[in-house]
Formats: sequence, structure tokens, C-alpha cells
Amino acid sequence: MMMNMVQAINAALRMEMERDPSVVILGEDVGVDGGVFRLTEGLLDRFGADRVIDTPLAEAGISGVAIGMAMNGLRPIAEMQFMGFSYLALNQMINHAARMRNRTRGRITIPLVLRMPYGAGIKALEHHSESTEALYAQIPGLKVVVPSTPLEAKGLLTASIRDPDPVVFLEPTRSYRMLKEEVPDGEYLLPLGKARVVQEGDDITVLGWGAMMPLIQKAVDKVKASVEVIDLRTLSPMDIETVLDSVKRTGRAVVVHEAPRTCGLGAEIAARIYEGAILNMEAPVERVTAPDITIPLPKGEDHYYINERMIIEGMERTMNF
Amino acid sequence: MLTDEFDPLKGEMLCVMDEEGIVDRSLMPKLSNEMLIKAYRTMVLTRLADDKAVKLQRQGKLGAYPPSRGQEASQIGPAMALKEGDWLLWAFREMGGLLWKGIPLSTLYLFWMGNELGSVYPEGSNVTPSVVPVASQIPHAVGIAYASKLRKEKIVTLAYFGDGATSEGEFHEGLNFAGVFKTPNVFVCQNNQFAISTRRERQSASPTLAQKAVSYGFPGILVDGNDIFAMFAAAKEAVDRARKGKGPTLIESYTYRMGDHTTSDDWRKYRTKEEVETWQRKDPLSRFAKYLKAEGVLSDEGEIEKEMSKVIEEAVAAAEAVPAPTRKDVFEHTYAEMPPYLKWQMGPGGERQ
Repeated sequence: MMMNMVQAINAALRMEMERDPSVVILGEDVGVDGGVFRLTEGLLDRFGADRVIDTPLAEAGISGVAIGMAMNGLRPIAEMQFMGFSYLALNQMINHAARMRNRTRGRITIPLVLRMPYGAGIKALEHHSESTEALYAQIPGLKVVVPSTPLEAKGLLTASIRDPDPVVFLEPTRSYRMLKEEVPDGEYLLPLGKARVVQEGDDITVLGWGAMMPLIQKAVDKVKASVEVIDLRTLSPMDIETVLDSVKRTGRAVVVHEAPRTCGLGAEIAARIYEGAILNMEAPVERVTAPDITIPLPKGEDHYYINERMIIEGMERTMNF
Repeated sequence: MLTDEFDPLKGEMLCVMDEEGIVDRSLMPKLSNEMLIKAYRTMVLTRLADDKAVKLQRQGKLGAYPPSRGQEASQIGPAMALKEGDWLLWAFREMGGLLWKGIPLSTLYLFWMGNELGSVYPEGSNVTPSVVPVASQIPHAVGIAYASKLRKEKIVTLAYFGDGATSEGEFHEGLNFAGVFKTPNVFVCQNNQFAISTRRERQSASPTLAQKAVSYGFPGILVDGNDIFAMFAAAKEAVDRARKGKGPTLIESYTYRMGDHTTSDDWRKYRTKEEVETWQRKDPLSRFAKYLKAEGVLSDEGEIEKEMSKVIEEAVAAAEAVPAPTRKDVFEHTYAEMPPYLKWQMGPGGERQ
């Protein structure tokens, strides 16, 4: 069936709730309203208010209650309405979800998915355009997953729900309704911790995730070089092997992310490329990122957000080094 | 209902047994002699094991430790109201409740000695590990209770926390959720008058902490926390209420921390000797012993102390015999499966590179 990302995520949620009675959804406006982006539409009617739970407006409470549910045999999917509000859940995610397996040597585990829309490029209200994935990716014990297409969203979310560890599932808001593609009606699973080679090439490797992928594709289509494109998909644990296999052949790499440059994941990826492939490199790793500024309000967003030209220039700098 | 008789908004406090061990028969909960002796033995064990932990810290055998002295009734009374299968969540100063729940003393020592194996409790014990980020276990208790309720189990979840915790956002968020979803929870606030050095009055302008329950739409009760019978009676009523599906209760245990916050603290900086001595007279253990002797339930307390000292020596030896974690131990439980990059950091075969 042709689906956009919203429909694909809804389908994955529905399918996992049908399959496993321990799966519950909780969050602000996820029930009657079907979520502010309609991700959970129709689920309340199908599964009832005990499993599709409209909660009080409280991000620490939602994440903390979800952790308790996970301790006691449920598989909660907790929604943060926007990434910019998820910082109230950081105490729970860092101090509890991430560490419980280790601190009890595997006796208590937290199979929890913390879903949230993230990223800019939709001219949204203040605090609705955050891309702070690096905050989560630095925490041992958390997995961080970002889908880039409807099909990817279905496969990665299904895998995240079934994963035995806590997963922060970041949904690029800009991509929610950007494109439709064929998504299988039945079960569809993609492995976590595995990057996807979107397109093979010999001259240069360009990698990104989430809403950067369609921008990367547009940019790549406009250059003459043979470009290998990688969608990282799981930011933590990161599949650096696929990246290294690629850059060892191409000798050139461009990392694209919409998060600020300093301590962004581009820095980590560049460091790992140098650790594993410095002798194969023909040029420094190029980072195409947002600047280290507060995300402007909609009128100024274009000064911040990544565009095709920036990616093309990044590739050119690398090719011409 | 005790929660109707003792209104926290009027500052009323439930007391069953006075400082001389004399009980108010009209309020006295039913407890078999067997249960009374088990409670007394657990209280003695807690008192002595706690003192031992402080000594072990001074000897450098155990890390910073938060003593329980003075709060034993406050800890054990609520746990006595639980049944097998009920959940118990603790912060860090609740040794008595954990011992009652069957967590081995050696495991607790091991935790304070600094080994993660000290947070691995017997299978099915339904006790969660210590939570140091204050109040953050409260939402967990609500989630655990929600899961029990969803499966239609008759299971109750009890969470301990302190007076300082009531100032945290997660106290509010947790209790608010519990009220909304009528989860089978019992919240036990051990008001020991201090959050490290900060007095109870600095935490909240509410005359009692128990009355905060009113704003969440469920009952709260203020209880003499040094009175094992009052703590048990209040908890029993709350546990029964939760098990019947009637929702949560907040119990404020009015008690006093006789020792330091932890072994790294010095209470002389923020309170007087006279104040501490006032509370010495309210000691929960001697009060309980007076009652039991007057009732003829307890004859030889020295014998029990001797027996418990032996239990403690064995627990210390067992904890000290556990080897330190290997490099593999500290890596392999980060995720269910170790990612390749983490394996590389751990080094080949688990050995340091």
C-alpha cells in the first residue's frame, strides 16, 4: 500500500499492538486526538483507553511511568509531543532507562520506545524544531534510531518495539508527509544498528539520516561524481563498519546533519573514520551542519537549515581538496 | 477508616504506642505473636546491621553509607503490610523494609561496598534497586502499578521516599498520575526532618506533607513514624484500599534521622545535641521492646541481639568474598547484545588492550 511516514508509523504501532498485548502507548493527546500529528489515530478505538493512554501533561511523568511499566512486563511506547519538550524526560532516560540493565546485571530491563517528532524545516513554533540527537546518542544503554522514509519507518519502528533495550525513536517532522512509497501490509522488520547503502559509488561517500536523506539525494543527483550515499538509520549504536567499508574505497566523506556543528554527531563520525581509515583518506572529512546558534524562528530559519547548495559545496570542497 | 479519623489538614497524627510502649487498644492493629517477633527481630537486625555498615565505612571496607538509625519502624511497618508478589521501591535509606522483604543483608552490603551484584535481588522479589536521583522512583511505582492493574492482578506497589523528595517535580508528576489513573500504589514519605542539612520547613510551606495527597484526589495520613504499630496500621489500610482497586494513599511518616545523612556528613553543623536527645527518647526500637516485654512476648532481647550479630558477621563475610567485577562484567550489560564498537573498546577476549 502507498503510505506516507505518518501512515507507516501508525501501521507499525497497530500491528505490534495486535501482535503483543503487552504493548501500550502513552503520551499527551495520543488517544482521543490521535496525537498532534495523527500518528496514533484510530488506535484508541481499536485497543481501548487502557492501552492507548492519554496522560497528564508531564514529560518526566510519562517517561518515568513508562519505565515502571517496562519493569513490570509491559512494552510501553511513550510519545514526547516534540523533541524540545523531551529534556524533562532526560533524568528518567539517562538515570534509569539507560542504566537499569547494567546496574542489575540484566535482572531488570527496560524495553521502552520513546518516540518523538524532531528536526526543523517546517517553519514551526519555537521549541518545535530541535535536533539534539547527540544528547541521547552519548548515553550508553540507549539506542537512537531515525527513519528517513515511510518504509524505513515501519521496519525500524517495529524492530524498536521488539528490541529488549530502550530506544529513542526520532521521527523527522519534515518527512512525515513529504513522500509516499509502497509499504508492505504485513510484518516488516529492519535490523537496528545497521546502516543502509542507499546508492553505491566510487568517488565520495555522503552520509546522513532522517530528513537530510532527501536533500542529500537531490544534491547528489546534481553532481557528476560517482557518489556512495549512506543512511545511518541507527545513530547509537552506530554502524561504523558500513561507513568504513565505503570510505576505504572512496577516500572521501561528507557528513550532513541539521544539528549544530559543535559536538554534533559529525564530529564523532569524523573521528571514527580517522580511527579506522585515515590511511585511505584523500581529503579531510567534511561536515555540512547547522551553525552553533539558537534555531531561528520561521522567518529566519533559512539561515539555519541545510539546503542542497550547502551539500553540493561540501562535496566539491572534498573532491577538490 | 484511619484516613477519615486523622485529617492531615487539621494536623492530626496517628499514634498507637507511646514512648513508654503503652498502646491505645482502640487503634491497635491485629498482629500475631509470630509477626510481632519477626518484626522485632527485623528491627534489631536493621539497627545492628546499620551500625555495622557505618563501622565498615570507617574501616574503609564500604563506601559512603546513609544510616537508618531512628527510622526502623518507619521502614519496617509499611513493608509488613505487603503480601508476597507486591512491589517495593526504595530510595537509599530503607534497609529495614528491604530486610523484611527478604533481600539478603549480604546483597545490601555488597551494594554499599560498590558492586553492581548488590543490586541483583532474588528472582521474583519484586524489589527495584536503590534510586539516588531523588523522587525519580515515584513515577516507576506508578508505571509498575499500572501494569499490574492492566493485567487485573491484585498486586500493590509501595514506594518509599523522603521529605526532600516532595519538592521534586517527579513527586508531583508521579502522584498526579496515580490519582488520575487510580493505580494501586502506597506512597510512604519518610519525613526524617532533613534533606542532608535542609530542614523540612524549607522544603514546603504545607503544614504537613500528608495533606499534599488532597490535591491529587486521594487520601493522605500523618503517622508517628517511630511507632511500628501506627506505621503498620496506616500501611495496612492503604494496602487493602489499593488492592481493592480504590486507588493510592500517601503516608507521611513523621520521624527523625538520628545519624548523619551519609557517612560523609556531619550533623553537628545544622542541629543541636539537645534536639537529637529529644528524639532519642522516642526511639522506635526501645519503645517496641517495652511493649513486647510488658505483653510477655519478648523475654530475652540479648539472645536475639547475639543471634543477629552472627547473621551480620556472616553477611559481611559473604559480601567480602564476592570478587570485584571483571572488565567483561562492566561492559556486557550495556545492551542485550554488545555492539561491535563496544567490543573493540573492551579489548580482545575481554582483556585490557
